[in-house]
Amino acid sequence: MSTYLDFEEPLKSLEEQIAQTKELGESTNVDMSEQLAELEQVLQEKTKEVFSGLTPWQRVQLSRHPDRPYTLAYIDALTNGQFIELHGDRSVKDDKAMVGGFGMIDGKSVMLIGQQKGINTKMRQYRNFGMPNPEGYRKALRLMKLAEKFNKPIITFIDTPGAFPGLEAEERGQGEAIARNIYEMMRLKVPVICIIIGEGASGGALGIGVGDKVVMLENTWYSVISPESCSSILWRSWNFKETAADALKLTSTDMRKNGLVDEVIPEPSNGAHRNPEEMFQVVKAKIKDYISELEKQDPDKRVEDRIEKFCQMGVWK
Amino acid sequence: MSWFKRSKEGITTATSDKKEVPEGLWVRCSNCKTLFTSDDLAHNNYVCDRCSHHERIGSEEYFQLIFDDGNYTEIAADLTSGDPLEFTDTKKYVDRVSATQKATGLKDAVRTAKGTIDGQKLVISAMDFQFIGGSMGSVMGEKIARGIDEAIKTNAAFMIISKSGGARMMEAGYSLMQMAKVSGKLGQLSEAKLPYISYLTDPTTGGVTASFAMLGDINIAEPGALIAFAGPRVVKETIGRDLPDGFQTSEFLLEHGFLDFIVDRTEIKQKLSLAVKMFMS
Repeated sequence: MSTYLDFEEPLKSLEEQIAQTKELGESTNVDMSEQLAELEQVLQEKTKEVFSGLTPWQRVQLSRHPDRPYTLAYIDALTNGQFIELHGDRSVKDDKAMVGGFGMIDGKSVMLIGQQKGINTKMRQYRNFGMPNPEGYRKALRLMKLAEKFNKPIITFIDTPGAFPGLEAEERGQGEAIARNIYEMMRLKVPVICIIIGEGASGGALGIGVGDKVVMLENTWYSVISPESCSSILWRSWNFKETAADALKLTSTDMRKNGLVDEVIPEPSNGAHRNPEEMFQVVKAKIKDYISELEKQDPDKRVEDRIEKFCQMGVWK
Repeated sequence: MSWFKRSKEGITTATSDKKEVPEGLWVRCSNCKTLFTSDDLAHNNYVCDRCSHHERIGSEEYFQLIFDDGNYTEIAADLTSGDPLEFTDTKKYVDRVSATQKATGLKDAVRTAKGTIDGQKLVISAMDFQFIGGSMGSVMGEKIARGIDEAIKTNAAFMIISKSGGARMMEAGYSLMQMAKVSGKLGQLSEAKLPYISYLTDPTTGGVTASFAMLGDINIAEPGALIAFAGPRVVKETIGRDLPDGFQTSEFLLEHGFLDFIVDRTEIKQKLSLAVKMFMS
């Protein structure tokens, strides 16, 4: 059962109509292919219409769509199941909001890491809604160092509403954990590719977000704060989230325009959530391109370029 | 019979001879409410004599306190914010910046300066909380970066005095990336084998805590400072109960292993000088 956001409603009735027509054709043995083709055509046009004029706030909603594929779904598709998940930060515990391990993409072994959200209420709790504790960031760093030791490229999948703002998280140094990751990622001697596949909220995202390639899927957001929190702080009310989403320039298009990410990966015309299989194929092809491009570079030069890229970010007079 | 008796009736001091107490001469400690003359408080580096509460001070006071004879040369003093996102909340960002500049006489929330401490070379980036909450935008990232470049060029020790609410929302994605930028520069400082001392003062939160403030070769703090990733209000909302006493103070962080030591402002010069000597000699 798919979920439809309010602006996706026009697609819902069409999709239902198509399903009914198909069913009718099958049950009565009448050839409905003409009607079906027509309906598919209408659906395609409608999809284009709905997805071409999305506001920043609608993109934020899409980035959180419950049917959107999460990190482990990407990992599973990319590696075709050839994945060994590794657990624990070797110090406190295993953070379920951050997953990672070695995987094989078309015969090439890589390190895959990302925040993981849950697919139902129970799993959402289990995954802490994709909000890692310091252990999660430290686990991620442990795996990155492991990848560096064995000279494997690192791919991170970013999808978090933020690092967890809990009491124990503060006690165990959430700030330090994120800071350490940013610092260390900047200097990793292997290629690092970071893909924002959903929500990219602030330090919680940047904690696994420093790389040679930082790219966003089309319908994602990445900024210093969520539009809701921004609204509550700057407008002192929760009612300005749409305005805040506009003001923050947090969409993939704006972030690319401002040179804060390297590329936008287009999603299927009806979004990653309606067509995950196609999305996986696009992402896989991109990752393979990035790896072969980055592996040609000298490791020291790659690190130098990475630092230089981030140093260029900023506008002043 | 009273001991004292007025020999003349009425007020006999002429208005012209009256001694006014100038406004602002007396200040109260914001913690224990003891009265001081502002001169006395300044003389004690804005630390309360009675309860040793550290009043918030700005970059200028820190420079005066730490650099030999208060002499320093400011680096990239004139940098000011652009407005890459043309950001407007209840006020235009450009207006907010220019109003704050007028009110504070500062250009942005951080100043970088070079000088000496007991004759040893030192570069400091110090924040001003009164400038939009000491928030970190592109200017802060760049001014700290220039400070690090200067330290590398002149073989000097480097220090950041953090006092910030975190990233500056009005620069959104740009301010987030300053965390990465400064961390990258600190990596270069580290390659050059030069010490970075992070001094955390009240308050140090958000993106500043989640990047360079926690990355010192030594992390030190003023007593009683609020140091946090998520602020106490957010944490309280998250867990739905009251926070323990002393949560997220310098002392709490020291206890949990994130600070090397806490140092009173009145002793910072002496301790810092010794630390620089340990690293550099």
